[in-house]
Formats: sequence, C-alpha cells, structure tokens
Amino acid sequence: MGTDTLLHTPLYSLHEESGGKMVPFAGYAMPLQYADGIMAEHRHVREHVGLFDVSHMGQVLLRPRSGDVDDAALALEKLVPADIAALKHGRQRYTQFTNAKGGILDDLMVARLEDGLLLVVNAACKEADLELLQSELVAECVVELQEDRALLALQGPEAEQALAVFADDVRKMVFMDVRTLDVDGARCVISRSGYTGEDGFEISVSAKDADRVARKLLEQPNVKLIGLGARDSLRLEAGMCLYGSDIDTTTTPVEAALEWSIQKSRRNGGARAGGFPGADIILGQLENGVSRRRVGLRPEGRAPVRHDAPLYADAEFATHIGKVTSGAFGPTVGGPVAMGYVATNDSQTGHTVFAELRGRSVPSVISALPFVPAHFKR
Amino acid sequence: MTLYFTKEHEWLRVDGETATVGITRHAADELGELVFIEARPSGTEVKAGESIAVVESVKAASDIYAPVDGEVLENNAALADDPARVSSDPEGEGWIVKFRVANPDQLSGLMDAAAYAAFVG
Repeated sequence: MGTDTLLHTPLYSLHEESGGKMVPFAGYAMPLQYADGIMAEHRHVREHVGLFDVSHMGQVLLRPRSGDVDDAALALEKLVPADIAALKHGRQRYTQFTNAKGGILDDLMVARLEDGLLLVVNAACKEADLELLQSELVAECVVELQEDRALLALQGPEAEQALAVFADDVRKMVFMDVRTLDVDGARCVISRSGYTGEDGFEISVSAKDADRVARKLLEQPNVKLIGLGARDSLRLEAGMCLYGSDIDTTTTPVEAALEWSIQKSRRNGGARAGGFPGADIILGQLENGVSRRRVGLRPEGRAPVRHDAPLYADAEFATHIGKVTSGAFGPTVGGPVAMGYVATNDSQTGHTVFAELRGRSVPSVISALPFVPAHFKR
Repeated sequence: MTLYFTKEHEWLRVDGETATVGITRHAADELGELVFIEARPSGTEVKAGESIAVVESVKAASDIYAPVDGEVLENNAALADDPARVSSDPEGEGWIVKFRVANPDQLSGLMDAAAYAAFVG
C-alpha cells in the first residue's frame, strides 16, 4: 500500500518530527518505533513512562434512545458475553463481540459514562463492529463512531506522576476506573488501563487538542514517545491477546483462556445467562471444557519462535498439537516468549512441547501468563 | 583485499578465495537491535541467493543470503553471547560468517562502495 493512501492520526506531524519510522497499520500510517528502537522503548515503559498514539483504534459511543444507560447496557449484552448491566458508572470492563459459532469478531473495552457506553475497538475491525452495532442495537441506541477524537496511552510506573500534573484527580483512580477530567483545558475521558501490563492511562481527547496535550505530556520528566513495535512486545509479555493473531473468528473466548471476562450472571444458572451470539457453544465449553487452549510458551535458548510456528508433543514432530500465534523476544524477560494454542492434554504449566523453527525442534515450556508480573493499581 | 556490496545490503571483504560477510550499517539501522543470529554451520555449501544466516530483531526474522556460490567456513562465535554486536559494529566486529568463494567471476556482479552508496541513496 502506498503511504499516500494511508490515513493520518492527529499526531502524525508529531511522529514525523520525532523521527517515527512510519509503517502501514490497519489503513493508518503509524510509528513502528522512534530513534531509540523497540528494545529501548520497551524497557523505558517498564521502568519509567511512555506515550503511545492509539488513535487508529475505534472509539464508539452508544447513547441510549431512552436516556437510560441501563438500556444501552442490556442491549449491548446481546452481542457480548460480559455482564455490562452490572458495570457501574465510571468503570470499564474487557469483553468480546462473538459470532454464532462462538468465535471472536473483535475484543474491546466498554466504559460506562454519564450519557452512554464508550467502546474502544480494534482499528482493523472498527467498520465491521460499527455495522454490527448499528444493525443489532438500532432500536435501543444511537451508535456514533467518534472520528473527531484521538486516543493516547500513557503507560508505565511514572504515568500517574506525569498525568497528575494536569489532572490531580487521576491519583484517586484505580485500575479500570474511568473519569472525565480536564487536561490542559481539554476535556478528556481517562481510563486507568492499557495494554502493556504496567499501570497507566488511556486518554480520549478531541482531535483538535490531541497534539497539544501529547506535547504537554512529553514535557514531563521521563515521558517518551513509544511505537507499535514496543506496544506489541509489551502486550505479549503481559500475556494479552492481539486480535487477528491470538484470537479471531475461529477461536472462542474459552479456548482463548478469556473465561475470566465472562461473569457468573451470563453463565448457565446466572440471572441473564446466554443471550449473546454463540452462547450455547461458549457456555457449553465453560461446563464441558475445550479441546485446545491458549497458553504461554518459553522457548529454550535465544531464538524467537514466531507466529504460525507449528507445535508438537515430541521432538520428532510426530504428534502435531497446535501452533504459535504470537512470538517475539521479550526484552524484559530477556529471552524469547510466545503464546499459542495446544491440545488441552498438553496445556498444563510446566509441560514441555516442541516448536518447529527452521526445521529444528525447540523445546518450549508451557508457562503461566503474564510473563512479567502486572503492575496495575488495584 | 576488496570490499563488495549487494542489493540485499550485505558486504563481503574478499581476501584470496575467502570472504568475510556481514550486513551493512544501513541494514543494521533498518533492522534495529538484534537479539539472535543463527548462521548455517561451517561446511554448508550454498548457491548465490540461498540463506546463509538468519538475524532476529524483537519484531522479525530476516534472512542473510549468500552473495555468490560457495561454502560457509566459519561463524562469528562472539555473536552467540552478544548479537547486539551486529547492530553496534556491523561492518567490523559484527561480521557474520567467513565464506569460501567458489567462483570468483560472480564477484563482478556485485557493487563497490561508491555504487552501494548511490544504491542506498
């Protein structure tokens, strides 16, 4: 794809000025990395604080036609397996859009605001998500893609310190809290969340204020711009799924080990059991188990084992048991890390399986996720 | 001793029939910090265009191709413990393999330093 056909986020000039190596990503020109490189950027986020432009992601506001956010919450439960009705004002939760086969159409965050639900969806899925929401929730909600808003992620142990300079109230927020606060005069919807395993915030800000707010944050001590390359290695070490690699329409939330995101109220015997696409399959899997599971893998040695590498029960490649869905060198772990699907019988932590890498077998130990302990503010 | 460059951003320092092969500064900067290098073992015979090594960054694996026909003679053992040496000194201590050039006539198809500089732009 020629770069001239790519969309630009409101921070495009900032990326260019800052030496961002721009690459096509989901139709946008996005910074893969800056001058310091992926390894240094990754470590900077774990040790200090990094600023990511994630404005390519879709921000969708569901406004209840009745004016009652409970109605929008109940309506959204037709499409996702999470308990949205119980989500309190000022709180956020992770869930998935599912299809009739129990597969995952997209994964998303849902925040409950004063006047509606704010959804953050993957860039590559946002058009399809929007169509789904508009066709299924038309009776209950006005569905708005907020194209005039940017999204910044400020991540790392020093994130609170940097953001509190502008909005002291962020100090009172805990993991998955959402508040509307002013940052340098710009009205922002701020959640205490992210996709790195570190403490931090996602900041939704109007496109016209985004560049100014980003530059103000970058003036704070130790705040550096971080590209998509480090975002990927950070989320992998944090054991988080990348849509399109680790989860997609062929994987269910239970196979993907995301059952923690399906609350009791939506499971068999719950107050609002089922009622989402593929519920019979997904709820059945919760009770009866699945034949394959997403697991963490620590390949032996230093060579990264990457996406699509086949996995076997034995070093001779006789019994195929699955494949790697994400793999890279983990800069904080100091070695290769991967995630993939294996037959449930081979999925116990500590068990060794074998990845095929350039024709040779690499013993890989099934490991608990995350690879790096999460540092969320609970 | 003659220095050659390829369109795949490799350099060869040829001394008699032995060539030392590595990646150029331009390639090293493009790849970013390397975390792992795996070269074909000594004694491996390859044709021009076949892979002689794989270099891995955090993000991706990239092949290093044999610039001409020949045989791998030696791997740079220091890279096993310190792959970042390729990033910091790609045209010196970060060499990747020593290589026996089977057919010296093929070298005439490669670039010299000036042609490579023009190629990179």
